[in-house]
Amino acid sequence: MSAAEQALATDDAVPVSLRGPAPTRVVAGYGFWLFLLSDIVIFAALFAAYAVLSGETAGGPTATDLFDKKHVLIETACLLASSVTCGFGSLAVQSGERPSTYFWMSITFILGIAFLSLELSEFSHMLAIGAAPSRSAFLSAFFTLVGTHGLHVTMGLCWLIVMLLQVATLGFQPMVSRRFFCFGLFWHALDIVWIGVFTIVYLGAHL
Amino acid sequence: MSTEIEAQGVAPGANVRTHSTHRSYLIGLGYAVVLTLASFWASSTDLIYPHGVPILLGVLAIAQMGIHLVFFLHISSAPDQTNNILALAFGIFVVGLLVFGSMIIMAHLNHNMMPMDRLMQMQR
Repeated sequence: MSAAEQALATDDAVPVSLRGPAPTRVVAGYGFWLFLLSDIVIFAALFAAYAVLSGETAGGPTATDLFDKKHVLIETACLLASSVTCGFGSLAVQSGERPSTYFWMSITFILGIAFLSLELSEFSHMLAIGAAPSRSAFLSAFFTLVGTHGLHVTMGLCWLIVMLLQVATLGFQPMVSRRFFCFGLFWHALDIVWIGVFTIVYLGAHL
Repeated sequence: MSTEIEAQGVAPGANVRTHSTHRSYLIGLGYAVVLTLASFWASSTDLIYPHGVPILLGVLAIAQMGIHLVFFLHISSAPDQTNNILALAFGIFVVGLLVFGSMIIMAHLNHNMMPMDRLMQMQR
């Protein structure tokens, strides 16, 4: 927060409604929130496609044949734990503590990598047994939905590396901590999408 | 910094910092773990009437999304969050239209379509 913003926020004589434009952090958070919601609308379209096509296996492997619940539970645990460590990291950024920022964000990164490698091992196993995206409409929809989520996680990990480099070179400027705040929102939103994925795709398969 | 501002008696919500603590993340984690394990358990148990399981899974998933929104994304009713809440409501509306609209339309088309083997015979 800049000195001017702080002066405004602490001035009791001025009512909230007359304090002028909202602080940059609130505006930036709102803009990024709008982006996240539009991203979730993309996922909604992919979920709708999967829900419509999940039975169209064209004689190929079905969802019950392919998915292993234990594997998915470990993936879910990785993502959930990384969401919490990311939250702890955001708190460290807010209070400007460099070592604990590095510590929590590194754990977030490692858990993200663990999630991705589990997902990639599942994909390569499916490709090896002939369950490729081109096999059936069900598999096309599956790889598009889960692959898009995996791509988002990959982008998030690249973003996290950039943010750690910015903390190392620029320090905790308001600009950098705002970006870190947006990264946290992005990472938590991915976890929300994953709840939909494991419920509809993986648990729905065994009903 | 946020505690300093609060000590000077600013109205709640006027503070730009989000009110997040380690405790809120741990509470959120606790709820999320319970809900996740419950949905994995519900999908493989024989104790529940089978036709009720999808509904239970849906309820558990929506509950967990709510937990994540409140404890991780810190969506609240604070004055500076009004716009976020409105945008969220609109987002939920669009997602509902997309998912349920697609499913209803496709089920309806599927219902009205001639069986595939009959269609193939006609094309011969």
